[in-house]
Amino acid sequence: MSYSVNEPSSRQKWGAGILVISYAVITLLPLLWIIATGFKSPTDSIAYPPKVLFEPSLGGYVNLFTTQTRASAETLEALGEPTTWYDEIVQEKDMVIVGPSRFPERFLNSVIIGFGSTFFAIVLGTAAAYAFSRFKVPLKDDLLFFILSTRMMPPIAVAIPIFLMFRNLGMSDTHAGMILLYTGVNLSLAVWLINGFIDEIPIEYEEAALIDGYTRFQAFYKVVLPQAATGIASTAIFCLIFAWNEYAFAVLLTSGTAQTAPPFIPTIIGVGGLDWPAMAAGATIFLLPVMVFTILLRKHLLRGITFGAVRK
Amino acid sequence: MLKSPADRAAMATPVRVARRIKGLSDRAIAWIFVTPTIIILLSINIFPLIWTIWLSFTNFRVNRPNKEVDFIGLRNYERILTDPDTWLTMQSTAHFLFWTIFFQVLIGFALAYLINKKFKGNDMWTTIIVLPMMLSPAVVGNFWKFLYQPQIGFFNYVVSFFTGVEPTSFSMIGDVSLAPWSIVIVDTWMWTPFVMLICLAGLRSIPDSIYEAAECDRAGKWRQFWTITIPMVLPFLMLAILFRGIENFKMFDLVVQLTGGGPGSTTELTSINLKREAFEKWRTGYASAYAVILFVTVFGLASIYVKALNRVKAR
Repeated sequence: MSYSVNEPSSRQKWGAGILVISYAVITLLPLLWIIATGFKSPTDSIAYPPKVLFEPSLGGYVNLFTTQTRASAETLEALGEPTTWYDEIVQEKDMVIVGPSRFPERFLNSVIIGFGSTFFAIVLGTAAAYAFSRFKVPLKDDLLFFILSTRMMPPIAVAIPIFLMFRNLGMSDTHAGMILLYTGVNLSLAVWLINGFIDEIPIEYEEAALIDGYTRFQAFYKVVLPQAATGIASTAIFCLIFAWNEYAFAVLLTSGTAQTAPPFIPTIIGVGGLDWPAMAAGATIFLLPVMVFTILLRKHLLRGITFGAVRK
Repeated sequence: MLKSPADRAAMATPVRVARRIKGLSDRAIAWIFVTPTIIILLSINIFPLIWTIWLSFTNFRVNRPNKEVDFIGLRNYERILTDPDTWLTMQSTAHFLFWTIFFQVLIGFALAYLINKKFKGNDMWTTIIVLPMMLSPAVVGNFWKFLYQPQIGFFNYVVSFFTGVEPTSFSMIGDVSLAPWSIVIVDTWMWTPFVMLICLAGLRSIPDSIYEAAECDRAGKWRQFWTITIPMVLPFLMLAILFRGIENFKMFDLVVQLTGGGPGSTTELTSINLKREAFEKWRTGYASAYAVILFVTVFGLASIYVKALNRVKAR
């Protein structure tokens, strides 16, 4: 049997496991609590002591997706029996649904702006990264460092001139403006990370392709791109998550048509007096996709969030 | 000038083949590939920066576009640096920076050390621990506000469950002495996994053979920890601190949603103060000067730090 001085004893493993799992459970509790709150009735959500067991209700989700108004007894009478489950929930508290809420729009804005900016950042970023990695670009190292350093600036500091610029160009509160802005912010991450991935592909592959009669461009998309695909895909998810989570620019530069979900979700509480379940429902729907992507990304996580400084 | 490998390959091939290889010249492709990126970065990053610097010498106000803009030289800078509020803001930022980094390093390193014991299922638990870090800080701030409510809040309930303190007797975000800690707690909850991941990468980069050699030299476990583990992880740890430092210096979304800078201005970090000046008081020139001061501070501190980091790495 092989023996290693570094293999921890089984007692050590147990101890370490128990401590780490307890931390994981503690760290998950706030998240689970929010997910649970989304399924509570308003009274249960503010009960003291806080309720761990409760009768699940979809009221929070219905409030999140609909606008409602109080109805008099006669109106309710005239409507007759509620036809759908959500009508039933609403009418139980003497309200009627008058239309969809703003939430679906804001969520859709997040999707459009997130995917749009990710698409442009990845296309432009891959091209630039390839050029930086394979050709002599004047002042290459300075340019790369400069590209990265743009991420160090506090967003609010950059927001003042961008606010002015967008206002002068008529781009405030437009999808195009936000996509352009997030493309600009994500581009630095994309170029830097993809440059690292392409650097790792042996240059001999392309040389072989060039000798086989490929043009430079063919070599790029037939040889390099497939090799870098995993890296590019994980970079894309990072860009997407960044755009999805971004708040500072969104809150300062959008207010209506192009507003994304992060500035909108906190305002949900104000809609119907402290409606915590609706807020929790909004947070849950908004955060779940990121949790799924995080689990998919776990192998590349470190590289993405440290700009490739740590490669494991 | 050195020839690129592609050029060398081209020179080694017969002329007839070489002509076919060429297509667009490498130089042309390089320019086509890089130009769009440079243009976008210039328009979204550089141009605004230059504009900010220009505005910082003026008394321009966005909400009074018709008023004549005067150059007032360094007056904005002078006013900011002599304003006691600026230093209060800097103090709360320093408090936030110091304690978040302190706790995150402590807990993050401990977790990484434990996970590195490679118990069964450690991968899955690591992924679970990492979740908070990827979430939207604004939404996180928003729901922690709910958890921090006295009476109905989950946080207050848990604290009272373990300490017996009345849950209604304290309000994490309403109390002047507790509010600075409320943002430290949430930031630590959110970002400890980041420090943990980097430390874990550091621990995994230490080759077993070093410990084996130490074992042969009869160095105790404690001694091994201080003379091998710590020095080998230190560069990684310093990198983690750099990232957290920069991120937390520009912290905005989480805190604005959680406390909004209050109560009073106890949690008013520099970014929040800047937002107030620029987008609530509309003192554009003043705020621009403030922004420039922040840039210089971040870049200055970061570059000093990177020098120190390189020295540690070189050892």
